[in-house]
Amino acid sequence: MKAAQVTMETGAHAAALAVKSARVDVVPGYPITPQTSIMEAVAEMVENGELHARFIPVEGEHSAMAAAVAASAAGARVFTATSANGLLYMHEVLHMASGGRLPVVMCNVNRGIFAPWTLWADHQDSMAQRDTGWIQYHCSSNQEVFNTILQAFRVAEQINIPVMVNFDGFTISHCLMPLTVPPQEEIDRFLPPHEPEWRLDPAHPSSFSNVTNAPEYAPFRQMLSDDIMAAIPLVKQAAQEYKDITGMWDGDTIDTYRLEDAEVVAFAVNSMAAELRLSVDILREQGIKAGLLRPRLYLPFPAEDIINALPQNAQVMVLDRNYNFGHPGGILAAELKSVLFGRRNDITVKNRVMGIGGIDLTRRFMADEIRAMMDD
Amino acid sequence: MKAVTKAYRPISWPMKGAGGDTGTWRTHRPVVDIQKCTKCQICWIYCPEAVIDREESIVDYRYCKGCGVCAAECPTGAISMVKEE
Amino acid sequence: MTTSIKQLPDIEQVLSGNGACGGCPATMGLRVVGKALGSNAIMLLTPSCAVASMGMTPKLGYNWPCINICFASAGSSASGITHAVEIMQEKGRLQGELPTVFTWTGDGGTYDIGFQALSAAAERNDNIIHFCYNNEAYSNTGVQRSGATPRGCFTTTTPTGKRQPKKNLALLMLEHNIPYVATANVAYPGDLYDKVVKAKNTPGTKYIEILAPCYLGWQFDMSETVQMSRAAVRCGAWLLWEAENGKINFNNPSARIISGKKAAEPVDEYLMNQGRFNRLLKGPDATQRIAEIQGDIDREIAFMRERAKITV
Repeated sequence: MKAAQVTMETGAHAAALAVKSARVDVVPGYPITPQTSIMEAVAEMVENGELHARFIPVEGEHSAMAAAVAASAAGARVFTATSANGLLYMHEVLHMASGGRLPVVMCNVNRGIFAPWTLWADHQDSMAQRDTGWIQYHCSSNQEVFNTILQAFRVAEQINIPVMVNFDGFTISHCLMPLTVPPQEEIDRFLPPHEPEWRLDPAHPSSFSNVTNAPEYAPFRQMLSDDIMAAIPLVKQAAQEYKDITGMWDGDTIDTYRLEDAEVVAFAVNSMAAELRLSVDILREQGIKAGLLRPRLYLPFPAEDIINALPQNAQVMVLDRNYNFGHPGGILAAELKSVLFGRRNDITVKNRVMGIGGIDLTRRFMADEIRAMMDD
Repeated sequence: MKAVTKAYRPISWPMKGAGGDTGTWRTHRPVVDIQKCTKCQICWIYCPEAVIDREESIVDYRYCKGCGVCAAECPTGAISMVKEE
Repeated sequence: MTTSIKQLPDIEQVLSGNGACGGCPATMGLRVVGKALGSNAIMLLTPSCAVASMGMTPKLGYNWPCINICFASAGSSASGITHAVEIMQEKGRLQGELPTVFTWTGDGGTYDIGFQALSAAAERNDNIIHFCYNNEAYSNTGVQRSGATPRGCFTTTTPTGKRQPKKNLALLMLEHNIPYVATANVAYPGDLYDKVVKAKNTPGTKYIEILAPCYLGWQFDMSETVQMSRAAVRCGAWLLWEAENGKINFNNPSARIISGKKAAEPVDEYLMNQGRFNRLLKGPDATQRIAEIQGDIDREIAFMRERAKITV
């Protein structure tokens, strides 16, 4: 058996390498900063024959997702990627992917939303797609981006729900980190070929998504609502089996650090959560019993795992890199409060919004914020 | 490694009468005078509903919507539109 | 030689008892398309009458695998499917002859909201046939103006008549340097059939636009669908042509009009037989209005005559 390769890669290139490892068939792509590097890398892999796939250089993100869902309905394994306003432009078609139960996997490289223009990371773009019926992961390292894309394909194809793999623009997409690419035979064992039980097939004509009366429409929506919740055990199973095969582990639905005896728990997603491990160490050095709970899976929201993981009487400091407009604070805090209500009345939830439009979130800054929040 | 939950996709299957028994929409029925029919097949090709037999000019009244295109296009006047009772 | 009616194949891809209106020109045209394409094809639809006609879940009135997609994306979704089936065949996951991937969209999904994606698919020359069945309005939503609505025409959003001429989308598609473009008309089924067969046998992006007079939107009796289609050609309001690798050829009866062998009929009778025009032609400005519409038709005939001479 061949050994795993370890190289220095950007997050964007890690994503492209995962697309190659997943033996994706069709990749419609459209450039947008900071996602562009993924599409460039995939296009190059297709051109030079490294990846046997079709790259479709579409004219916009709406078309990227429209080509993706159609290719998926034809039976192909499909990937695309986008950021910020590109994701918003896809919004209509995101619903088609989920409502149509098409297992598309997409990377969203998080970036703040226009207006005014910003190029840098926050999480308003993906969290604004909360109600589109997609499964959403948030990754905190380049390795996790690679690992998660492979797990995403497996979960998506098991449950026929599309998956969005989110990671921060520049902080992850453009920074070099060591990347382990497992041997292809290990990946093939983890992710077998895509064999959809239904596709557009002239030998067995059937139609996809005709107009539907309410008595038929409502059950489709209920089934999507039920099935997206049923993704949680599949996400855990995928993470465990990926670990069994490759030895790599990023957490399953949640990832924790020094949580067991924590009195103060930092709660955040994406790259800031990686930095928060260092903030936790700083706080511990200062005598504060700090810990970290990072939802790796944002949707479906891993309510039970969070409820079970939080130590007794903890203060949870939710650091939101987004706004929950019309409510004070951010979206993650609202989500967390809604699952704790009536279940964990011992927990105090505090919330600050930070890092908007790419403001740098250093370990010291976040440690200071958390300490200040103790007095909020 | 198959879906653990039911994959509930909005799928439809080909069938005649997907719009119901559309013959009930009709106010007038096409009646073919076989004596005048030259079997030119013009009524067959212009029928939007594919309800006219190309060889025998027989109409499937279960689905014929009674649009009257066949009567309007028949070059020998072999088809007349008769009011439904 | 144009294929005669008696030579057309038996195969029926449009099933009886679908949800289309009586006298529907779209299903009339689609039947002929089905005879040319056969069953080995994948159909894409955007919101339009054809979607209302195809039956409601779980019933389907067409005998193809069909996918209803977003209004703006016929071109890109068709690209997705054609690339998917091609790569799956290359990888050995699909056997046999590749299916024809075709879109079946109205003028809204072609001229207006669908144009960007269609233009891009054509520029990539992806292997698809885009069909536009053109009823010159958003008929499915109750007849609103589109980019295909001609000047002087009543729609519910142009209650005093549209003030601008329609655009020549078939010509715009030709300027994408795609290998095959054609216009057709439900009154000429043999001509339509031959054009679809050519498109099917040509790799790359093909565009076929079919005039589809809608009795509801155009306001005439539903038995007159074919007569109105024929009248549109005879007065030159609709020109039948095809372009293989950029070279335009006109088909009869339009060829006779273009060559001058037969004058186009004055547009008056065509207009007066349709409620969408004649309701606005009752006042003292009727002569002026008719002259404007006639002017648009004359200009288009003259322009296409000259355009066809460019063969480089």
